[in-house]
Amino acid sequence: MIELKDVSKTFTLHNQGSAVIEVINDVSFHVAPGECVALTGASGAGKSTLMRMIYGNYLTQSGSIRIGDVDIVKAEPRTVIAMRREVLGYVSQFLRVVPRVPTLDVVADPLRALGVSAEEARARAQELLTRLNIPERLWTLSPTTFSGGEQQRVNIARGFVHAYPAMLLDEPTASLDATNREVVLSLIEEAKAGGAAIIGIFHDEAARERVCDREIDVSVFTPGLSSCSGSIGYQKETAA
Amino acid sequence: MSTDLRPLLSVKDISKRYGSHIGCAGVSFDLYPGEVMGIVGESGSGKSTLLNCLVGHLTPDTGEVVFDTRVDGPKDTTTMSESERRMLGRTDWAFVHQHARDGLRMGVSAGGNVGERLMAVGERHYGDIRDKATDWLERVEIDAARVDDRPTTFSGGMQQRLQIARNLVTGPRLVFMDEPTGGLDVSVQARLLDLLRGLVRDMGLSAIIVTHDLAVVRLLADRLMVMKSGRVVEAGLTDQVLDDPQHAYSQLLVSSVLQV
Repeated sequence: MIELKDVSKTFTLHNQGSAVIEVINDVSFHVAPGECVALTGASGAGKSTLMRMIYGNYLTQSGSIRIGDVDIVKAEPRTVIAMRREVLGYVSQFLRVVPRVPTLDVVADPLRALGVSAEEARARAQELLTRLNIPERLWTLSPTTFSGGEQQRVNIARGFVHAYPAMLLDEPTASLDATNREVVLSLIEEAKAGGAAIIGIFHDEAARERVCDREIDVSVFTPGLSSCSGSIGYQKETAA
Repeated sequence: MSTDLRPLLSVKDISKRYGSHIGCAGVSFDLYPGEVMGIVGESGSGKSTLLNCLVGHLTPDTGEVVFDTRVDGPKDTTTMSESERRMLGRTDWAFVHQHARDGLRMGVSAGGNVGERLMAVGERHYGDIRDKATDWLERVEIDAARVDDRPTTFSGGMQQRLQIARNLVTGPRLVFMDEPTGGLDVSVQARLLDLLRGLVRDMGLSAIIVTHDLAVVRLLADRLMVMKSGRVVEAGLTDQVLDDPQHAYSQLLVSSVLQV
C-alpha cells in the first residue's frame, strides 16, 4: 500500500549561506495493508521529516513514494489533495483549525469533504468524540481554547473519522492519560483489522510493542548520524 | 480517486508591461473545478496586475485566459467581445474587491445590492428577488432586518460580507478575491474566513485569492503561487510551499512571519 524506493531529501537554506543539509539518504521500504510499521531513531534522526515527505508536505528530491498507484513525489497538487481526502490520513502532533468552527464540525469535516451528508458525518464525529472522552458540553466550542490533551484527542478523532486505507500517525499517544491512550491504541488496532497500512512514530515503547509489526530505524538513513550500526531497518518478529 | 479531467480556467503565458516596467510575465497555470488557489507576494510583486489581467480589468500584452463556459466549452476570455465578458462577470464569475466600497453600490439598500445582480441575469419577480436577497443576507450572517438599510450604515466587516453575498447570489463557478480580509480586524477576519470556507465547499466554487497574508492562504487555499518581480518563483501545494519552501524568496517570506 505504501512503498518507498531510494528516497532522499536535502534542505537548501538560501538565506543562511545556501547551506545544504542532507536529512534522508536512500530509504526504501514498504508497508502492506493491515500492517503497522514504527519509525524509530533519536530525536532529529528525521522521523517526522520522512513522514511529512510521505504526506507530500515536504518535497522529495529523488526516489519514489507510492501510495496505492500514485507516486506522491511526482503527483500534481490536485492529485495529492484528492489522495489526502480519500486515501491517506495523517494525525499530526498539532491541531490546526479555522478559528470559531465548533469541535463537532472540525471532526466531521473530512467526511463532509468526501460528500457524506451533514447528519451522518456528525453522527460519526459524535461517536468518536464520545469514545475519546471529550465531554459533550465542549462539542459546540472551537477546540482552539482546549487543553493540549483535549486538542490531541480532537485531532485523533478527526484523523480516524474516515477509514483511510493508509495512515500516518505522529506520536498519537503523547500527552494522553492511560484511559485515552487505551482508546487510541484500540482505534489503531481496529484500523489495522480493517486493512489500513499504517506508519507511526511512538516514543511510548509499550504502545509500539503492542500495535506495530515492524520497526524501521530512520537514523540508519541519516547522513552524519554515524552512531548506529549498519543494520538496515532492524526488524522485530511479528508477534500478533 | 476523483479528479476532474478538464480545467475550469487555463491561463497561458500572461504578460503585462507598464512601459519598460514588468507588471507580470510568463504566468501559466490550470485551475480545476472546486480548487482554491492563493497568490502571494510582497507589494509590487505583480499579483494584482495578474488578477486584473485574468478578469479583464486590464488587457494582457500576451497570453490566453481560457474559461470553460457552460454553453460553448473552453473559450479565450481575452478575445471575447466586451458584452460576452460582462455577461460572464455577472453570471459565472465573481470579483470580491479588497475595499467593499468598490464592489458595492453605496447609495442602494443592502437588499438592493444583492437583488441587482439577480436582475442583471433576468430575474424580474420582486418578491422572489427580495426573498433571495434576505436569504443571502442571513447566509453571510447579516440580520435580515437590515435588508432595507444602506451599506453606508454597516461596519467594515458587514460591508465585506454584503459584497460576498452580492457576488455569490447568482451561483458563480469562479470567484476572484483581492485581499478579501485586508483591512479587517482579526476577529472579523476569522469569521469571514470561516464563512468563505463553508461557501466554497457547499457551492463547489473555484477561487483565486490574492493576498499577502500567509495564514489566510493556509486556511483557504489548496494551492499556492509565490510571485516576485512579476514572475512566479514557486508554485505547489499550499502546505508544501509554506512548510518546505524551495525558492530563496519563498523561504524569506515564510521565515519573516511573526509568531503569535
